[in-house]
Amino acid sequence: MRVTFPHMGNLHICLKAMLRYLEVDVVVPPPSSKKTLTLGVKYGPEFACMPLKLNLGNFIEAYGLGADTIIMAGGCGPCRFGYYAQIEHAILKEIGYEYELIVIEPPERHISELFSKIKYVTGDHSWWRVIQAVRFGYQKARAVDEIEMTAFKMRPRELVPGSTDIAYRNALNLIDRTVTLHELNRAKKRAGLIMDGVSLDKNRPVLKIGLTGEIFTLLEPFSNLDVERHLGRLGAEVDRSVYLSEWVNDHLFMGLLKGLRSRKDACTAAFPYLRHFVGGHGQETVGSAVNYARAGYDGLVQVFPFTCMPEIVAESILPEVAKDYEMPILTLIMDEHTGETGILTRLEAFIDLLERKKELRRQALS
Amino acid sequence: MNLKIGIPRALLYYYYYPLWKTFFQELGAEVVLSSPSSKVILDNGLKHAVDEICLPIKMAFGHVQDLAGKVDYIFLPRLVSVKKHEYICPKFLGFPDLVRCLDGLPPLIDINVNYYKNKKDAYFAVKEAGKLFTNNYLKIWGAYRSALDIQKKYFRLLQLGLMPDEALAGLEEGVEEKPRLHQGEHTVALLGHPYNIYDSYINMNLIRRLRTMGVNVLTAECLSERVVRNCASGLSKKLFWTLGQRMIGAAFHSFKRHDISGIVYVAAFACGPDSMTGDLIAREARVARMPFMNLTLDEHTGETGIVTRIEAFMDMVRWRKAGLSK
Repeated sequence: MRVTFPHMGNLHICLKAMLRYLEVDVVVPPPSSKKTLTLGVKYGPEFACMPLKLNLGNFIEAYGLGADTIIMAGGCGPCRFGYYAQIEHAILKEIGYEYELIVIEPPERHISELFSKIKYVTGDHSWWRVIQAVRFGYQKARAVDEIEMTAFKMRPRELVPGSTDIAYRNALNLIDRTVTLHELNRAKKRAGLIMDGVSLDKNRPVLKIGLTGEIFTLLEPFSNLDVERHLGRLGAEVDRSVYLSEWVNDHLFMGLLKGLRSRKDACTAAFPYLRHFVGGHGQETVGSAVNYARAGYDGLVQVFPFTCMPEIVAESILPEVAKDYEMPILTLIMDEHTGETGILTRLEAFIDLLERKKELRRQALS
Repeated sequence: MNLKIGIPRALLYYYYYPLWKTFFQELGAEVVLSSPSSKVILDNGLKHAVDEICLPIKMAFGHVQDLAGKVDYIFLPRLVSVKKHEYICPKFLGFPDLVRCLDGLPPLIDINVNYYKNKKDAYFAVKEAGKLFTNNYLKIWGAYRSALDIQKKYFRLLQLGLMPDEALAGLEEGVEEKPRLHQGEHTVALLGHPYNIYDSYINMNLIRRLRTMGVNVLTAECLSERVVRNCASGLSKKLFWTLGQRMIGAAFHSFKRHDISGIVYVAAFACGPDSMTGDLIAREARVARMPFMNLTLDEHTGETGIVTRIEAFMDMVRWRKAGLSK
């Protein structure tokens, strides 16, 4: 059994760590690229959202590297992600890629359904070892997220353009290479040193922009055309409404770990505008917009794949939030036809607008 | 004076109008429907909805606007789930909130209809809707019971082969409950969300057009719930959209019936559930060697384009039939 899984930003680092900890043979698909997307677009349903097409491309590319089993998460709607695995499997079968499919679904009848699937993947390892592996994977997710957060702060302040990105990649590589908890802890320290090595201008005035939207397009830089990096280079400190470890804590550990931002806060904040969950991260998007506005952010960027239902609901409601809190919001919709230059132009215009607004406010105060 | 309750002629009006209407009338309200879909209504909807949202929701925005100034309340239930462990669609879940962002509308009655966990939750919704009129729970309950009776009759009429507009007219006039047989040359299964296939403005009179071409139209609503569910259970994983489930069930049922010579699938541009169910049905139709056509609708769809495609599809169906009988 050679297991593969779809890409979603840095997810592969912790998923690989977790599975290798359990001595599962893992094939990580090549990073998502134009080729991946082209493959997905060719075989995927026309109006399926972009994550499905990228998943499909990942699986086709991983097949070439010898993968024969897919691990996917499932879901129970109303977002169509819950049916991804089944559709993707049917498509792959039709075009001649014979994969075995393991879908980790929220158990419908009994929790044992979930356990038996985990047991099937992990083989003879004890449950204790499985828990250790999950813990190890989670620790990696935390480490990766911390590096990412640091990079968000550094990018607008770096003295040499691009130096943050180099440090970021090196730090991630260090984390990725570790195989034990002990090594990971050492790597975290070294990664911290690498990040500290970038020279910064700490007094440079920066804009603060919240980045929110659908989780896949938020976490996968290829799918959002590097929007975080562009914003950083244009002089904005970015904060993202979802980080991998927070998502894991919310959805897999049921919010057991305290001290992390949780979706409950976002949903409470969204209530005056959106009184019911709408699947996906729709309500969280509205809620995080409110939270960012209250925290004094200068602007908000929402990203989601074309035709994403929950985010369209959020998009329709966000103007109300923008009006009430006087915070400009830019919505970017991604699909296979989105061009990087177009996005860049819009981001530049948005940044100009925010800077002007900030300037006017400063003048009014003085 | 009686309270005027407005009901937009959109979305699941095509399923539940008899229920809603009877309930409010029993409680002494006057029920006002928005005008039938038209260019004016659609244009009004386009003005108020975001570009990315699907055509039926844009249409619904227009219908809601049409009721402004005519009624005291607009009835806009939040249809989360009408069946255990199933949903309608994310946009239905957020629709009342989207409408609340608009200015100049009468207050909404936006009760939550949610059967996701259990049926009992729905009774709270009934109670909440009825509280506007009376504090007598018995009366609310009675109104709900008689509304349910009418609703059941409506579903029976649909299963006898009547289309929603015919069935609604039939309910008013007290039509006889006997099957409608159409003498068309072919039978085609017309699948899609009810608000796409039954709104004759959205789909440019698709049903009437097919009928004048000598085609009997069979929709998912002509089949009993049991048949649809049984057929849909052939999927490896149950679909979590009630309406998608109905389409899949009706499609699988059509593959088995020899008198059905093709499937026309009507999807709204950028509809999430349609992108998945449509693909599933198309895939299965290829396996079952059933002629299949996917019509995608949006506000730019031209009538001539639709006509050409239906004609071509029917030609294909006819040739195929002729070829098979040789």
